[in-house]
Amino acid sequence: MRRFILRRLLHGVAVIFIATTLSFFLVHLAPGDPFSSSLESLATDPRVLAARRAAYGLDRPLAEQYVRFLTRLVTGDLGPSILAAGPAEDALAAAIPNTLVLMGTALALGLIAGVALGAWQAMRVGSRADRAVDTASLVVASLPEFWLGLLLLLLLAGKFRLFPTGGATDYMHDLMSPGERIVDRLRHLALPALTLALLSAASIARYQRAALLDVLPQDYVRTARAKGVGERQLVWRHALRNALVPTIVLVGLSLPALLGGAVFVERVFAWPGMGRLAADAYDARDYPIVLGATLVGTALVTIGGIATDVLHAIVDPRVRSR
Amino acid sequence: MRPSRFDAAALHDASVPAQVADGGTIPPARVAWRAFARDRSAVGGVIILLLLAVMAILADHIAPYNPRTLLDPIRLKNVAPSLDFPFGTDQFSRDVLSRVIHGARVSLAVAFLSVIAAATVGTAYGAIAGYIGGWIDGAMMRFVDALLAIPRVLLLIAVATLWGKVDVVGLVVLLGVTGWFGVSRLVRSLVIGASEDEFVTAARALGAGHIRILTLHILPQVASPVLVAATLAIGNVVVIESGLTFLGMGVPQDTPSWGGLFRDGMDAYTAHWWVPLFTGVALVATVLAANLVADGLRQALSPRQLPAR
Amino acid sequence: MTQLPLLTVSDLRTYFYTGAGVARAVDGVSFDIAAGETLGIVGESGCGKSVTALSILRLIQRPGRIEPGSRILFEGQDLLTLDDAGIRRVRGNRIAMIFQEPMTALNPVFTVGDQIAEVARVHASASRRDAWSRAVEMLTLVGIPAPAERASQYPHQLSGGMRQRVLIAMALVMNPALIIADEPTTALDVTIQAQILELLADLQQRLGTSIAMITHDLGVIAEVASRVVVMYGGEVVEEARVETLFAEPHHPYTEGLLHAMPRVGRRQERLAVIPGNVPPPTAWPTGCRFRDRCAYAWERCEREHPPLYHIGAGHVSRCHLADEPERRTPKRTAATATATAVSVGGGPA
Repeated sequence: MRRFILRRLLHGVAVIFIATTLSFFLVHLAPGDPFSSSLESLATDPRVLAARRAAYGLDRPLAEQYVRFLTRLVTGDLGPSILAAGPAEDALAAAIPNTLVLMGTALALGLIAGVALGAWQAMRVGSRADRAVDTASLVVASLPEFWLGLLLLLLLAGKFRLFPTGGATDYMHDLMSPGERIVDRLRHLALPALTLALLSAASIARYQRAALLDVLPQDYVRTARAKGVGERQLVWRHALRNALVPTIVLVGLSLPALLGGAVFVERVFAWPGMGRLAADAYDARDYPIVLGATLVGTALVTIGGIATDVLHAIVDPRVRSR
Repeated sequence: MRPSRFDAAALHDASVPAQVADGGTIPPARVAWRAFARDRSAVGGVIILLLLAVMAILADHIAPYNPRTLLDPIRLKNVAPSLDFPFGTDQFSRDVLSRVIHGARVSLAVAFLSVIAAATVGTAYGAIAGYIGGWIDGAMMRFVDALLAIPRVLLLIAVATLWGKVDVVGLVVLLGVTGWFGVSRLVRSLVIGASEDEFVTAARALGAGHIRILTLHILPQVASPVLVAATLAIGNVVVIESGLTFLGMGVPQDTPSWGGLFRDGMDAYTAHWWVPLFTGVALVATVLAANLVADGLRQALSPRQLPAR
Repeated sequence: MTQLPLLTVSDLRTYFYTGAGVARAVDGVSFDIAAGETLGIVGESGCGKSVTALSILRLIQRPGRIEPGSRILFEGQDLLTLDDAGIRRVRGNRIAMIFQEPMTALNPVFTVGDQIAEVARVHASASRRDAWSRAVEMLTLVGIPAPAERASQYPHQLSGGMRQRVLIAMALVMNPALIIADEPTTALDVTIQAQILELLADLQQRLGTSIAMITHDLGVIAEVASRVVVMYGGEVVEEARVETLFAEPHHPYTEGLLHAMPRVGRRQERLAVIPGNVPPPTAWPTGCRFRDRCAYAWERCEREHPPLYHIGAGHVSRCHLADEPERRTPKRTAATATATAVSVGGGPA
């Protein structure tokens, strides 16, 4: 098991390294450089720009720039951010936890709801309830994140005023008592997390239902039934443990898409996360942040991927020896 | 092992679909077609997609107004849905129905073309990797793994930032270039599975060259899963494109597109709900249709197993 | 046997309601099993023997159904009238089942020991520790070396023969009165097969368990069974003590099965086959279900469904030859049997 984790870690490191290198070449293939595109640069004296370029080593050979890029990256230096008027890494560091909270909550809710729903459906396969839920989850899973978010915003925040319309905290947040503060944060988290969670739950439910229907007729379930195990135990203990495996794999593979969805949702709800930061950075042509966001996103996805692989190995012992 | 009726894993998991690995054969086109035609929801999906395609192609003739015309900026702005304007008008007094119809043209075209590009590139890459094997395959796939780990939306934002504004052609290229990774992994697994099939060994023994083997024997096995993946991708890309345009970095703002409509509608969505609603319905219909068709294709094309005794 | 039989299956009918029609997989089967005896249930694939076994423990799922009118008496109660909790108390506890495919019959994500221990936890409310030690005890009983280590392993780490032993161990945990073994050796090598059969015979002697051995292999029957039931077309067609069955088979189907067995030391140019195929359970032939493949059939066989005739002590056969033994002259060779199946000629040969 330990060797398995080690192998996955190494793989992850290789992946991040390749992605980083790709980003570097991406940047340098682009027309212009950090100092040619921003509005501020256009107004500055070309000699000052040239000096800045030299300071950043932009006039050096590519290989040398690459090494400098890597060394700077290791120390966490992403470059100056125009948007944040300071180091890009600080702006990102402030935004990342918000995105993590949003995605973590959405994933947890979606996973629990999706698995439970899928199992519930599988136990009554073919019934009207099952078919109704199946249709509903197909429709929900097909909704674009920003549209669903907008819809929820419109209805629950706009019309019924149950939730705030955006941001992570109320403008009076710092004046609240600790209890009120928690509630405030939760109220702001609710809608964006719900949007992402609904989408995840719908596709996980469909997937889980199919996986369970695949597992339930298997011989080992029949063996367990012949041992005298009750129907509910059969589904929740024997069948589900096997049926969870493809779901775990699916979740791992869909982490990049989930992060992408978070970008849109953050925009709709003005959630101060990495996605919104990246979108704002695009508007401002601030590419240290954009690049930084891409790298951080890749790292998060890779870590998530390793975690799901380890989870997979825990649930399915056959994987450990591979 | 009983054949699986639900092989969603075959699509999302880039490993070999279990049935093909177990030695099932993909049913001939006629059998598959009949199975597909019997699936009502899949047929429904096809009908919806065809209607949308027709709408997109004949947009100029179907749309009641020119989508860019400001009909009457003073009196006809933000009109709620009515007989004259079934989808209402936006804040610039443009007819929303016409904009949705024309929007279909851009959104569907972009999705369709970029998916074809991505599928082609991905299939080629994956087939080469799977067929050659060895360390080349390993290296090629490690590269793809890295690319897959980068969240596509962030990558698109990064590229868009670096290269400045993209036009529609650029968008197609961009979406195509960022969308082939998953397909390549799928095709690679399928090619590896097919290469080990006995009829490939037999063909080689008869002296068939590599290209012949690839095109005649292996690629037909690859076609069906790729088709299913491509259909799903169309729905996916339509959403991504709309989202990007919504964020401001997709289709240029003067061209009507669904994402652009969203962006315009964001400003006063509570008061003027019809813009995002109808656009959303069009989007959802597209994605739903694509999903239904993909589901139907997958079930119709799933390899048949010999019945167990 | 002077005492009451342990299990009495009485007029069991299990039908499957499929899109292609009603498949009468088991169509009026009756037999007994006494305490401590091994009953062999023999027949080709499609004759209903597995469905019979599954019906006893009520493991039949939709679209199958055990028809009303069937009775399965065990230890004084009709298993078919028990509620869900009641039948679950019997499964794995008083009657245990061993399945055919050891590869797929074990859950891949739980340890072998866990799966055996589960029986004790379910039926005896044993603690985890007690259940686990019972599991190791069972593994020792079935002859698995290093049982404590093996118990912590997963099914994919064990060989086929060992997996089958695990299934047997699982069946023995609660010391059941009856074990139903559904083709326990079919998926195994011949050498392993012999070991498993020996194990079962040994266990039966030691523990006094009754065994219902379901198989298509007469060789297995010859080795372990004391009485045999031959099934065809969803019915019992012959029942006898094993020595009688091999020495004096009555039903033409049994005869055919015995002739079809290749025997070492006997010179044969061709293996004898029973011509034709098992008819589909959705459409059993009228009259005798074996008539289209039978060398002796005459018009009565198409007209009248044969009852179980009494042949001798404990020997019954579902064949009109018991009534008209003079008809036992082959009218046709094996090769022409199917060709003349449609027109079974009347009159003397």
